[in-house]
Amino acid sequence: MTNLWNTYHCQDFYDELMSSPGNPRKPAQKLVSYFKSLSDEAVESRRRAAEATIKEMGVSFTVYTDEGNIDRSWPFDIVPRTISKKHWDKTSAGLKQRLKALNMFIDDLYHDQNIIKDGVLPAYVLENSVNFRKECVGVSPPFGVWAHICGTDLVRDSDGEFYVLEDNLRVPSGVSYMLENRAITKRVLPELFEEVNISPVDDYCSQLFDMLVALSPRKIAKPVVAVLTPGIFNSAYFEHAFLAQQMGCELVEGADLLVQDDNCVYMKTIAGLERVDVIYRRIDDLFIDPEVFNKDSCLGVKGLMRAWKAGNVALANAPGAGVADDKVVYAFVPDIIRYYLNEEPLIKNVKTYLCYDEEQRDYVINNIEKLVVKPANESGGYGMIVGPHSTKKERDRFVQLIKDNPRNYIAQPTLALSTSPTFVGKSELEPRHLDLRPFILQGKDIYVTMGGLTRVAMKKGSLVVNSSQGGGSKDTWIVE
Amino acid sequence: MLSRVAERIYWAARYLERIENTVRLIGVYDKLMFDLPRSIGLGWYNLITINSADEAFMERYKNQDERNVVKFLLGDDTNYSSVASSLKFARENLRTTRDVIPAECWEMINELHLFVVENLQQGINRSQRYNFLDGVIQSCQQIQGLLMGTMPRDVVWYFMKLGRNIERADMTTRILDAGVRAQMQIWGDEDAINSQQIIWGNVLRSLGADQSYRRTVRASVKSELVAQYIIEDPSFPRTITYCLSAIIDGLEHLPKNEAVLKEVKGIQKALIKAVDYSDLGEPMKDYLNDMQLDIASIHSRISQNWFTNQ
Repeated sequence: MTNLWNTYHCQDFYDELMSSPGNPRKPAQKLVSYFKSLSDEAVESRRRAAEATIKEMGVSFTVYTDEGNIDRSWPFDIVPRTISKKHWDKTSAGLKQRLKALNMFIDDLYHDQNIIKDGVLPAYVLENSVNFRKECVGVSPPFGVWAHICGTDLVRDSDGEFYVLEDNLRVPSGVSYMLENRAITKRVLPELFEEVNISPVDDYCSQLFDMLVALSPRKIAKPVVAVLTPGIFNSAYFEHAFLAQQMGCELVEGADLLVQDDNCVYMKTIAGLERVDVIYRRIDDLFIDPEVFNKDSCLGVKGLMRAWKAGNVALANAPGAGVADDKVVYAFVPDIIRYYLNEEPLIKNVKTYLCYDEEQRDYVINNIEKLVVKPANESGGYGMIVGPHSTKKERDRFVQLIKDNPRNYIAQPTLALSTSPTFVGKSELEPRHLDLRPFILQGKDIYVTMGGLTRVAMKKGSLVVNSSQGGGSKDTWIVE
Repeated sequence: MLSRVAERIYWAARYLERIENTVRLIGVYDKLMFDLPRSIGLGWYNLITINSADEAFMERYKNQDERNVVKFLLGDDTNYSSVASSLKFARENLRTTRDVIPAECWEMINELHLFVVENLQQGINRSQRYNFLDGVIQSCQQIQGLLMGTMPRDVVWYFMKLGRNIERADMTTRILDAGVRAQMQIWGDEDAINSQQIIWGNVLRSLGADQSYRRTVRASVKSELVAQYIIEDPSFPRTITYCLSAIIDGLEHLPKNEAVLKEVKGIQKALIKAVDYSDLGEPMKDYLNDMQLDIASIHSRISQNWFTNQ
């Protein structure tokens, strides 16, 4: 396979593994020389082994289509992506700093709103926020933390630095794929784990469990923790079940829970009703309680907000945490960090144009073919436009959308997303763009995963990595 | 444990058991058909009748031949009890209860699912049927072995135990029923004695009980002895008596069990008094039918008590 690596084309973008054709970066040296030593047949058989493992493990996600929901296997590339431990430690500190500031920010918004009074955040941002929940004003969750689980999307630009693309503070998913990717790679490339010093990722679930337990309103030896899922038809159901299983706690659906007159939450068990202390909810907050939010929701639990406000149950993430998960707020995060922590941000933001601002809006409209335009409150890569890959008709439509609702749109320069060698077709090695989603937990303490979920745009030249839009993934190695 | 999870676990165990039993039944029938004299005219369609699936079958097929019967039992997704459907339901139930079952169990059921989807045609064509059926049975036993060896004996286990044994008891009555029906068909035939041996030998084999029958009963294969063994033997894990004891044991480990336990113990007591082994004709058919109703009633008591309460 030597030839394949020597002719690998890596010069157009920052490549995660190769500094020039045939020459790997330091953290990837052993990995690349190992792959070079394998014959075509050996690589092919490992790819097949990985595929079979994925099928057996039943790692899947659901894609919504017009023809109904399809359970698809998650496309996986066997060549891991490597990051040096030193670089990661720096990034990890930046992620902690960021979530800490965001939680102080959310807590402030639901109390005194000093950041607005002090003129750091314009009032219009909050006034037009669709994720601000007035029902949460005045509530003080434990440790002042609202976003307990955060998935932050990082990209590496041509300068080799990580930038934050967005913070997912509502119900971020993907961590189970990070864990399964590692399990698959251990089965497929076991020799490398002996040779390379790869930081383990397996402690995520116990960290998550400890964080959740610490939120329990009842200080008892074994608080009851439950993962609340919308059910089997949700695209992340696999992950909900996976996490419940790994933490040894109950996986519940809305119909399994009820709130009684004492404002406590109970689950229906074979022995009768049992009180629940902590709920890791994987349902969007508009659906968690038909009594308060969406009246037609049959996914949620009537009275859950009452129980939460009374302090009888902890919800992670807290309802209303999504107010900071807004692409307009995103543009202010560097200021938010400075305001609450009095520190300089350790990880940079991507340059962001706010369409609400007239000057910036004009720039966006005049340069739309160079920019990526995104709605402020969508996730999963829906409703966005990548300027350089768009048609005139699409651009015109977006210009109109921006003019109709400027608060709802932001724009960013098209990034030169980094690439990594990926097997495509029949043993071809080509660069594919990727990003990285580490997961950060905050409760009593704060924790960052070792690396995270690397998502790959499997289509040549594509920059969209979302699983719902044809993305795949790779194992991520933090190497000493 | 959540009521919903208990229900799904119970059904997963039933479906897993149903898969293995259906496959065993087809395997034994295959051999039976080779051995019985043609003059008897025992048909494959009996398998449909003993599974109470006549109506569903007739809706789909005109011809009651081997190919259609086997297709209906193995691969038909409109037949809710076919191997393919049972596997789909077992998988779906386990998929939604992955938090309480060993992770490998989920991987194994996935492997079995892939195996059945990819090799179904083998099972339908006679020439390779044995390999297919054998593969399915092996996978089922692998799963049972995994559960035996790695599951804590907590409520999850006992709900599985209930599901497994209710399904098993039900299938045992149906296999006995098949024997009785075949027996009635050979009355008056000149080779009757020989055929009787073949039929009841196969009844035992379809339960995997031929060896233990010989060791326990120490007599040649005779219809009334076989029937008594399959209903009353306390130690072989597929007899009616054994399954009922296992159900009782499962119930004893669950909360709020008094009323259900009382009912099942009553059924167990009445069971043996009511049998007359001297006549394996109509009275035996009626007896087995009553027993199927008793089993169905145990199921609905369990369901009311633990699954749909509150």
